[in-house]
Amino acid sequence: MRSLWLERFVRCFFFLCALGAVIVTIGIVVSLIGEAFRFFARVSLFDFLFGLTWAPRVLPTGEAVGFGAIPLFTGTALITLIAMLIAIPCGTMVAIYLSEYAPTKIRQTVKPLLEILAGIPTLVYGFFAATTLAPLLRNIAETFHLTIASESAINAGLVMGIMILPYMTSLCEDALHRLPLSLREGSMGLGATSSETIMRVLLPAAFPNLMAAFLLSLSRAIGETMIVVMAAGLAANLSFNPLQAVTTVTVQIVNLLTGDQEFDNAKTLAAFGLGFVLFILTLILNILALYGIKKYKRIHG
Amino acid sequence: MTFKMDVKQLNLFYGDKQALFNVNLGLPALQTTALIGPSGCGKSSFLKCLNRMNDIVLQAHVEGQVLLDGQDIYAPSVDVVSLRTKVGMVFQKPNPFPRSIYENVAYGPRIHRLFKTKSELDQIVEKSLVRAGLWGEVKDRLPQPAMRLSGGQQQRLCIARAIAVNPEVILMDEPCSALDPIATAKVEELIDELREKFTIVIVTHNLQQAARVSQQTAFFHSGYLVEARETGALFTTPHDERTQGYITGRYG
Ligand SMILES: Nc1ncnc2c1ncn2[C@@H]1O[C@H](COP(=O)(O)OP(=O)(O)OP(=O)(O)O)[C@@H](O)[C@H]1O
Ligand SMILES: [Mg+2]
Repeated sequence: MRSLWLERFVRCFFFLCALGAVIVTIGIVVSLIGEAFRFFARVSLFDFLFGLTWAPRVLPTGEAVGFGAIPLFTGTALITLIAMLIAIPCGTMVAIYLSEYAPTKIRQTVKPLLEILAGIPTLVYGFFAATTLAPLLRNIAETFHLTIASESAINAGLVMGIMILPYMTSLCEDALHRLPLSLREGSMGLGATSSETIMRVLLPAAFPNLMAAFLLSLSRAIGETMIVVMAAGLAANLSFNPLQAVTTVTVQIVNLLTGDQEFDNAKTLAAFGLGFVLFILTLILNILALYGIKKYKRIHG
Repeated sequence: MTFKMDVKQLNLFYGDKQALFNVNLGLPALQTTALIGPSGCGKSSFLKCLNRMNDIVLQAHVEGQVLLDGQDIYAPSVDVVSLRTKVGMVFQKPNPFPRSIYENVAYGPRIHRLFKTKSELDQIVEKSLVRAGLWGEVKDRLPQPAMRLSGGQQQRLCIARAIAVNPEVILMDEPCSALDPIATAKVEELIDELREKFTIVIVTHNLQQAARVSQQTAFFHSGYLVEARETGALFTTPHDERTQGYITGRYG
């Protein structure tokens, strides 16, 4: 009898825990949407999403101008792209080495190190970008007679790539190492070499989980703020040139919220507008990826 | 008698632990040899020595000789890849790759480039599936995921995958242990047919199965090969009392 009551109590307890988490999430989304709508009452959605200049200010007439977010989107895209161009190939290759080639001892030492690296505050990486990488890149560029802005997209992208590398490597390594030994045996037993086994059996089998790893890393890169503040700057240039300074959505959110404006100022509210767009984008990205993974699984079993 | 494979003074170590002791066994060509014995006696370990699957196990170490057509497969000059195409393997648990039925069978021919045109590959796939007795059941669904087949079908797919690279010897480690009696009967029938072209070694815990499918039976006990003789003779008049005890069900 007693165990039945206990069972009920435990079930209720965990249900309440789950409910709490869900309510908080819904609350956040609702307040985000509410504030975003207050913003779009002052600046039209069209001007915001497709405007080419980001120089937000409120004229004495009360009119809000310069809220074109395109430069922020392109800046975010550019930096994230550079970061992923570094992190995806490097992360996957290091993961393959650790999971398939490295002696057990090396794997057991490197894996925890990666996890420690993944936990370093991003401020540290930003500092590394500003003090070490930026001057180095500038020197390299000078030998090719190029000029790099002291704060540049390539600088921020590189450091962000380095920053998510340990995280990405660790996730990819898990995805590969989790595959059953029987797959490897089946392939090797047919006379395949290690590299053939990796390319033709293990990577395809781990593909859904590798995609999930890429996606988690991507979300982390998109949401990153500190590195961009320190390495890419605040200048909202509309440019795809990685040598120029650009800015990102998250950086501008911080920028808009740190100041002494009152809370219903159009500039403050714009932060919620940006946050809302970021939220929708990540949501779409996740849904697309989930859909892709599901489809892949349906085709390949 | 000509032996397709001949094992001489084989010792196997996992690190410091010795798993096989001085095993001598000849495998007659185009016959089926069954390996029986209590759990942990070294049957799977022995089987893996025959196509060097122990190479994947880091601390495994082999001493002695394993001859395939008179050539020692552990000689330094031997190419493990071509050895494993000659000595194929089917595992205890069906382990198809998470790809289509067609791609599973085409895997070996693809990596060894055994075909010139797509239609040649189609033929290899069809022939292997026919031989494995699976063609009728899957010919209309070749592009479907192999994982959607039943356990018994998956195991026959793994057999088809193994014979697609034209091996000379096929090693099977308890190929029926995950299958129901009907699927088991199909695989046993298949083994009997395969004997026309292949030399087969099968590990089994099912003594009736050993009696049904094999011509030679080898009884292993804690790392030693106790007795290996013609199947009928071993089951009716075992020489060693450990063999006697095992086949009469006193232990194991
Ligand atoms: N990779 C390994 N590393 C260390 N020891 C191993 C390894 N594989 C097997 N062994 C040991 O070698 C011995 C023989 O194992 P093996 O798997 O060959 O037995 P088996 O006869 O196939 O048993 P079963 O009928 O249960 O499959 C066992 O004592 C086992 O613990
Ligand atoms: Mg075994």
